[in-house]
Amino acid sequence: MYSFDPTEEQQMLVEAVGKYAVNDLRTAAREAEETRELPKKLVSKGWEIGLLQASVPEAYGGFGERNAVTGVLAVEEMAFGDLAGALAVMTPSLFATPILLAGSEEQKQTYLPRVIEGEWSPYTAALIEYTFDFDPNALKTTAALHGEEYILNGEKAFVPFAKDAGSILVYANLDGGTQGFIVEKEAAGLTISEEREKLMGLNALPLYRVRLENVKIPAVNRLGGAAGHDFAPILASMQLANAATAVGVANAAFEYSRDYAKEREAFGVKIAQKQAIAFMLAEMRTEIEASRLLTWEAAWKLDTGKEDAWTEAYLACTGAADMVMMVTDRAVQILGGHGYIREHPVEMWMREGRGFAMFTGLAIV
Amino acid sequence: MPIEFEAPKPIVQTQFVLKTVAEEMMRSRSRYFDEHEHEIPWDYIEFMHTAMKAIGVGSLAPKEKASGGEGGNGKRPPIAYQVLASQIEMLSWGDVGMYLVTPGGGLGAAAVQAAGTPEQKAKFLARFVGEKPTIAAMCMTEAGAGSDTASIRTRAVLDENTREWILNGEKIFVTSGDKSITEYEKLGKGFVVVWASIDPSAGRAGMRAFVVEAGTPGVKVAKLEHKLGIRVSDTASISLVDARVPYDHILGSPTVEKTTTGFKGAMATFDATRPLVAASGLGVARAALEFLKEKLAENGVQIRYGLPRQKLTSIERDVIEMDIMLKSAWLMVVKAVWMADNKKPNALESSMSKVKAGDGGTKITQKVVEILGPLGYSREFLAEKWFRDSKITDIYEGTGQINRLVVARQILGYSGKELR
Repeated sequence: MYSFDPTEEQQMLVEAVGKYAVNDLRTAAREAEETRELPKKLVSKGWEIGLLQASVPEAYGGFGERNAVTGVLAVEEMAFGDLAGALAVMTPSLFATPILLAGSEEQKQTYLPRVIEGEWSPYTAALIEYTFDFDPNALKTTAALHGEEYILNGEKAFVPFAKDAGSILVYANLDGGTQGFIVEKEAAGLTISEEREKLMGLNALPLYRVRLENVKIPAVNRLGGAAGHDFAPILASMQLANAATAVGVANAAFEYSRDYAKEREAFGVKIAQKQAIAFMLAEMRTEIEASRLLTWEAAWKLDTGKEDAWTEAYLACTGAADMVMMVTDRAVQILGGHGYIREHPVEMWMREGRGFAMFTGLAIV
Repeated sequence: MPIEFEAPKPIVQTQFVLKTVAEEMMRSRSRYFDEHEHEIPWDYIEFMHTAMKAIGVGSLAPKEKASGGEGGNGKRPPIAYQVLASQIEMLSWGDVGMYLVTPGGGLGAAAVQAAGTPEQKAKFLARFVGEKPTIAAMCMTEAGAGSDTASIRTRAVLDENTREWILNGEKIFVTSGDKSITEYEKLGKGFVVVWASIDPSAGRAGMRAFVVEAGTPGVKVAKLEHKLGIRVSDTASISLVDARVPYDHILGSPTVEKTTTGFKGAMATFDATRPLVAASGLGVARAALEFLKEKLAENGVQIRYGLPRQKLTSIERDVIEMDIMLKSAWLMVVKAVWMADNKKPNALESSMSKVKAGDGGTKITQKVVEILGPLGYSREFLAEKWFRDSKITDIYEGTGQINRLVVARQILGYSGKELR
């Protein structure tokens, strides 16, 4: 059967996230962007909603089951408030969710309770690399087995909270495929940049460059244990998160510019009463819907184990990256000169909008 | 029910059958009827009629009983519009022009279904399960009133003595108008639903629909159009000169109040039918995209899904973009008809699906011809025909621009006056 109604629990969760996104994340967003600082309290409050906790079974300290549909519903809503804040709140998922999906029993027992019980703490993951043709399935960072250890070499970019993280899940190329490795902070040869990354957007989110020079890690720290893991479901979950957050940011820009157009007068009418503006808004809303539904379907396919789930997640992610650029650009255009001024949030969303073409790896559902 | 995308079983089953029909009865005749405009595909019509009779449906029009929900066993959610959208998509994948010639009530019956009383439904819809294939149509557009339906000039005046409506006017662009009112030997008696004003001073509030039977004196086909595509489907001008119609053939209230319920009746029909037209357009687009992929595969061109865009070839990017367009547009159609089935107001979703499918369908078919080069442009293959056929999706049942207007009014909370 087809159905487009979220369950009651999903609705309640989305509502809780929505409240936090609008009342807390959105109100703090501009200052956080300018000062490059997210208040700790803000992040803790988001963490307490329990998105990640609700996706981990009781046996590992959580109180639910992981569900990608619930995930995309929630992260869209979170990103609607503010992308940088949303990504900060969800950073521990980057470490925990792959362990939940692909970790060995021992890894689940060891790490999951540690991450999800108690306060938000900076567990993170490193996927992205600083190269124009970055491909998560063909990483330049390498891993090689030497006896009982893996040796990791390479450089990772855009790693959230790396400076403070106790453990980082580092993705590397092992015999041509992508595998995750749990790297502890103390590991010799691991260097985290002093300076934070300086990007066009996401200035509130502390991102770092991470270097690995002959970093030796015990073989048991390979994600999934000795046999390793399938990377496809992890990548798909990242692509879904990227698509859903793109929809959230696009929707924020759409609603803001729509409301502005209903207030702003020109030639004696509201500018929203001009077809030139009204049609732009109609197309923005249509494309948001298109991306949202494709993301939902891909998430549902992932949950139900459909064989084309990976392709669908890729398509949803690719489509959303185009969509959010179009929508945020138009939002700025609708506000005109005011859109270009940093008093309004649309210019920030437009800078973030371009980023979704390369943000895969900064969030996971 | 939680969010789910599993096609209901009845859809999966009919898709299998319809695919065979599309291949055997439609694709094989596509080119012939494209080049022999106004010839009637009798074998397709008769085949479809026999087939639908055999499975107990008279037409593709949704039937509440057959779909569960009200009047059904009440346990399963209703899916009639979802089934219909899938059928239309598949038949249009076969040949969209020929799909339009499928016997049954079409938009005419849809109007009766949406705005008729139970008595009217019984009276007018029974014929579609009769012995002969029967066709009905909707007459809305006039020379001076396309999407601006409120400027319709056709008049309906009540003759107080005979209690008959007298209709005068000229309708154009009536899909299947000829097969609905011309009395062909092989067809049952059809009808057209004519939109006319019972009070021009009342504007939209005075607009009503009338069921005009085939054979009504004063009603005739004035012209058959020659078109860019969908040539197997007749597009007729129908003139009404003192055409007398029984009193109870009016759909909706015969009196004019200060409201626009009558007009809204027409618009409600569009809410139901727009996603169906969108589905039709997407069937054509899917045909084109699949054909392109076949040709690329034959020539050893692989589409490397999963690769970052910086590493993709231009053709790969185009194909992936078309995949995204087609898939997401289809989901918008599914959502809109799912809402219709579940009696949720869907004016916004319905028009959005039409905007997306109109855009997507034309872009995809245009791109496919471009990528295929001479193979695309040649009449040896069907790509060029699909390009011509698909353009109509962005025009009929509300142009892309009208649907943008509907979407804009919905999202802005504006009336027709506030956003013209």
